[in-house]
Amino acid sequence: MEAFDADLEGYLRSHERKDLLRFITCGSVDDGKSTLIGRLLYESKMIFEDQLAALAADSRTMGTRGGELDFALLVDGLSAEREQGITIDVAYRFFATEKRKFIVADTPGHEQYTRNMVTGASTADLAVILIDARKGVLTQTRRHSHVVALLGIRRVVLAVNKIDLVDYSSEVFERIERDYREFARRIGLDDVTCIPISAIHGDNVVRRADATRWYRGPTLLEHLETVPVGEDLAARPFRMLVQWVNRPSQDFRGFAGVVVSGGVRVGEAVRILPSGRPSTVARVLVGDTDAQAAVAGQSITLTLTDEIDISRGDVLAAPDAAPPVADQFEATVVWMHEQPLLQGRSYLMKIGTKTVPATVSPIKYKLNVDTLEHVAARTLELNDIGVCALELAQPVVFEPYADSRDLGGFILIDRVSNATVGAGLLRFALRRSQNVHWQALDVDKVARAGLKGQKPCVIWFTGLSGAGKSTIANLVEKRLLALGRHTYLLDGDNVRHGLNKDLGFTDADRVENIRRVAEVARLMVDAGLIVLVSFISPFRSERRMARELLGEGEFLEVFVDTPLDVAEGRDPKGLYKKARRGELRNFTGVDSPYEMPEHPDVRVDTTRLSAEDAAGVILERLGRTGVIDVE
Amino acid sequence: MYSHMQPGERPISLKAVNSLHARLTHLQRLEAEAIHIMREVVAECERPVMLYSIGKDSSVMLHIALKAFHPAPPPFPFLHVDTTWKFREMIAFRDEAARRHGLDLIVHINQEGLASGINPFTHGSNVHTDVMKTQALRQALDRYGFDAAFGGARRDEEKSRAKERIFSIRSAQHRWDPKRQRPELWRVYNTRTRDGESLRVFPLSNWTELDVWQYIYVEQIPIVPLYFARERPVVRRAGTWIMVDDNRMPLEPGETPQSKMVRFRTLGCYPLTGAIESDASSLPDILREMLATTMSERQGRVIDHDQSASMEKKKVEGYF
Ligand SMILES: Nc1nc2c(ncn2[C@@H]2O[C@H](COP(=O)(O)OP(=O)(O)O)[C@@H](O)[C@H]2O)c(=O)[nH]1
Repeated sequence: MEAFDADLEGYLRSHERKDLLRFITCGSVDDGKSTLIGRLLYESKMIFEDQLAALAADSRTMGTRGGELDFALLVDGLSAEREQGITIDVAYRFFATEKRKFIVADTPGHEQYTRNMVTGASTADLAVILIDARKGVLTQTRRHSHVVALLGIRRVVLAVNKIDLVDYSSEVFERIERDYREFARRIGLDDVTCIPISAIHGDNVVRRADATRWYRGPTLLEHLETVPVGEDLAARPFRMLVQWVNRPSQDFRGFAGVVVSGGVRVGEAVRILPSGRPSTVARVLVGDTDAQAAVAGQSITLTLTDEIDISRGDVLAAPDAAPPVADQFEATVVWMHEQPLLQGRSYLMKIGTKTVPATVSPIKYKLNVDTLEHVAARTLELNDIGVCALELAQPVVFEPYADSRDLGGFILIDRVSNATVGAGLLRFALRRSQNVHWQALDVDKVARAGLKGQKPCVIWFTGLSGAGKSTIANLVEKRLLALGRHTYLLDGDNVRHGLNKDLGFTDADRVENIRRVAEVARLMVDAGLIVLVSFISPFRSERRMARELLGEGEFLEVFVDTPLDVAEGRDPKGLYKKARRGELRNFTGVDSPYEMPEHPDVRVDTTRLSAEDAAGVILERLGRTGVIDVE
Repeated sequence: MYSHMQPGERPISLKAVNSLHARLTHLQRLEAEAIHIMREVVAECERPVMLYSIGKDSSVMLHIALKAFHPAPPPFPFLHVDTTWKFREMIAFRDEAARRHGLDLIVHINQEGLASGINPFTHGSNVHTDVMKTQALRQALDRYGFDAAFGGARRDEEKSRAKERIFSIRSAQHRWDPKRQRPELWRVYNTRTRDGESLRVFPLSNWTELDVWQYIYVEQIPIVPLYFARERPVVRRAGTWIMVDDNRMPLEPGETPQSKMVRFRTLGCYPLTGAIESDASSLPDILREMLATTMSERQGRVIDHDQSASMEKKKVEGYF
C-alpha cells in the first residue's frame, strides 16, 4: 500500500481493475473462524488505529488469549449475542488487497442455524470451510459442505486450522485432506483447495510459514486473490430480468434490469418471455451513457426496435437458448421460520422479479443434512431442508438452480405476516405443467384471505338480551376496520328482519336461526372476512355446531357476561318489561333458558369493564391468535 | 467549487463495457447492485423517499439514483431532516444540488423541538439528536406516509451494522426488532409491508469508505467543500476540533477560535462533528490520506463515542 504515494495514478489504475470476490466462511464453534476473519482484516490493513486500540482493550477484558490481541473480538456482533458468546446471524465483512475487494459472509457454526448458512451461501462465489486440525472431518464439516454444494458454490477451500497444535504435522494434514477430498467428490464438490493454516499466528493465511515447508500450495490470501470469478456466468446464454419499465415520455420506452448471465449487444436479436415474442436491441444504456454491449452483473436499460408489451417479471433472453416456462416444479425448500411450512397453504413466491402465489403439495421428503438421507415428512420446521412439489398460480420463466441462481432461486413469503418464511431452489418442472396452457386454479379461502392480507375467523358474541353484545361488537369492528381488516357484523335483530324473517322464538326456530347464521358466517370466512356475530345464541349445542362448521382456530367465542338483573335494569329496548308483562313469549332469561358458555375463549364482565375496555380485551386476544398484529 | 481535480490529475472513469469478455470491476459491481436495489424499491413500494443528509454517501446515492432511472428523473422525493445546526456550507450545497437536478426536495424540521429551543449545547448531544434527528425523521416519515426510505449507511461503518439487512423492516412506531428482520438471499428482496410498517433500504450496504471515495473520484461527484482541508475557525473540545460555524456557539471563558487547516470525514451538526487536521485539499489528496490513514471514520462523530453497542440501541429506538 505504501507504493501509492509515489504513483497515485498507477495505484488507482490498478484499483480500477480490481474485481470482487464474495465468499462465505463456515466452521463449527471454536474452529477459529472469527480469529481467521479478524486476521484477514488486520493483515489487509482494514483495521484502523482507534479500532486496534479498542481491540487491545477488549482483548484484556474479554479476550481468550490471556491479554494478547484476540482477533475474534473484531468481528463480534449484536450485544445480545455477544453476551451469549455466540453469533446467531449473518454478518458481512469487507477487506481489500491490491488485487481484489472481498465481501465475507460470516455465518455461525451452530448447528441449528442452517438458515443463516443458506443465506450467506446464496451470494457467495466460494466457501472457506474451517476444520480444527486436531479433530479432522466432523459431522458438522459434512453438513456445511452439503449446504455449500446445495447452494451451488463450486469452489471450496478447506482451511485446516490450528495446524500449530498438531506440531505442523504433514501427516495430519494429508490424512484430513484425503478424507475430505473423498467425501467432497461424492457430493459433487470437485474444486477443492486444502491449506494448512494457523489463524492465530497467521501461518499460511497471508505469510507462508517456515514450519510447513512441506506445503507447496498457495497461502489462503494468494488463493483468494487469484481464483477466477464470474466467468461461468459470462459464458452462459444471455438473460435479463425486467425490473422496471422506464417510460418518461412518448419517445422512450426502456426496460430496466440486471443482466444475470451472458451478454448482449446493440443490434442483437432477443426473445421476450413468457410471451415468446422476438425483437432486436436498439440501445443499451449503462447508467446515463450509451454502450455497445453489456455483460452479466450489470444493471442496464435496454430499448428494443419493436413496440412490444413487456412488464416487470418478464425475461429477455438469447433467442436460440431461451429458458422454459412452467407452473409446477420440484424444488428444494429450506424453511426459515418458527411457524412450520404447511402443505396446501398458499405462500407468495418471489423468483427473480416475479411474485406469484404458490402452494406446496406435497412434501416428498426431508433431507438429513448430516447424511443426505431422505426422511418422510409432512411439514418442514425451522432449518429443515425438504424436497417438495410446488404449484404456482401462474407460469414463470425459470431455469434449474444448478444452471442459474437468478432464475432458479426463490423465496417464500407468508401472505399474512409478510415474513420471508422459506427459500427454495428449483430442480425441474414437473412434466404435466410444461407448455400446458395455464388454467385458473380453484380460488380458495386461503387465496381470498391472502389477498386481504388477513386471517379470517368468526368472533361469536353470546349473552343475554341487553348484555352489551352489539355495542361491544360494534366497537371491535370499528377497531378492526381501523387496522385495515375486512370485516362484517351479523347482528341478531338485523338478520331477523331479512334472512330469518320467517322464524320465531320457539326452540326449533332458535336452532334454525343459529344454524343459518352459522352457515352464513362460514361462507363469509370462506370469502376471507373477519365475521362478528352478535346473537343471544342461548344454547350450547348450537354454539358448538357453529364452532364445528369452522376450521381450527377460526372460531372465537366471546361471552358477554352480564347478570340478568343488570341486563334487565338496562333494558335498552324495553323488552324485559314487555316480557314481564307477558306481552313477549319465550324471552331469554325470563321464560326461555340461557345456557352459559362453560369454556368461552373470552369472557368479558360488563359490570367491571366498560364497553371500550371489553373491546380492548377482545382485540388483545385477537392479537394472540394472530388475527391482528400485536404491538 | 465543484472541481476538485488538480491540473494533470485526471480520473479514470467507470467506462462502459464494449466487449462481451469484459470483467466488471468491484466499483462497477457495487454500482450495479445499488441500482438494482433502488429499482426494486421503485417497482414494488408505493411511496419511497431518499434520505438526503448532504454527506458524501448521500452524494453517491443521488448520483446512482440519477443513473438508475435515466432518462427519467429519480421517481421519488429527497428528504432532508434539518436539525437547524448543520454547517452553513451543507445547506448551500443541498439547495444547489436540488436546483441543478430539479429534485423534489422536502426539508423537515421538528417544529416542536425548535419551539422548545432544543440545541446541542444546553441539552447535550443525546437529547438534541433524539429530538431534532430521530423524532424529526419519524415525524416526517409519518406525515408523508413513506413506506420505504433509502439511507446511505454502510455495513463497514460500525461493528453492529455488519448484520444489518439491505432491506430493514421497521414497525409502525419505527422500531427495529432484530427478530423480525428477514433473511436476504441472492438478489431477491422481500419488500412487503403492512399496517404502517416501513422499510429502510441501504443501497450502499456493501461499500466501504474507501470505495465511496474512489467512486467519487472516478465519477467526479460533487461533494460539500467541508471535506477538503482549508483554514477554518476551530476550538478544541473533548479531544477533537469543533468548527465555530456561526455565533450561536457559546465559547468558554478565555476560549478563542483559532484558525487551522482542517477537514471533515463525516458531516452532521457542526457542534457535534469533529474535524481532523489535514492538508488534503483535493480528492487525490484525500485518497492519499485515506490510504495512509490510521483512524476510522466514525471517530469524528461525537454522537457514538460511547460503547459500541450504542448504535444498536439507537436503531431500536428508531434512529436511522
Ligand atoms: N492454537 C491455535 N488456536 C487458535 C487458532 N485459531 C483459533 N484459535 C483459538 O480457538 C478459539 C476459538 O476461536 P474463534 O475464532 O473464537 O472460533 P469461532 O467460534 O470459529 O469463531 C480461540 O481461543 C482462538 O484463540 C489457531 O490457528 N491456533
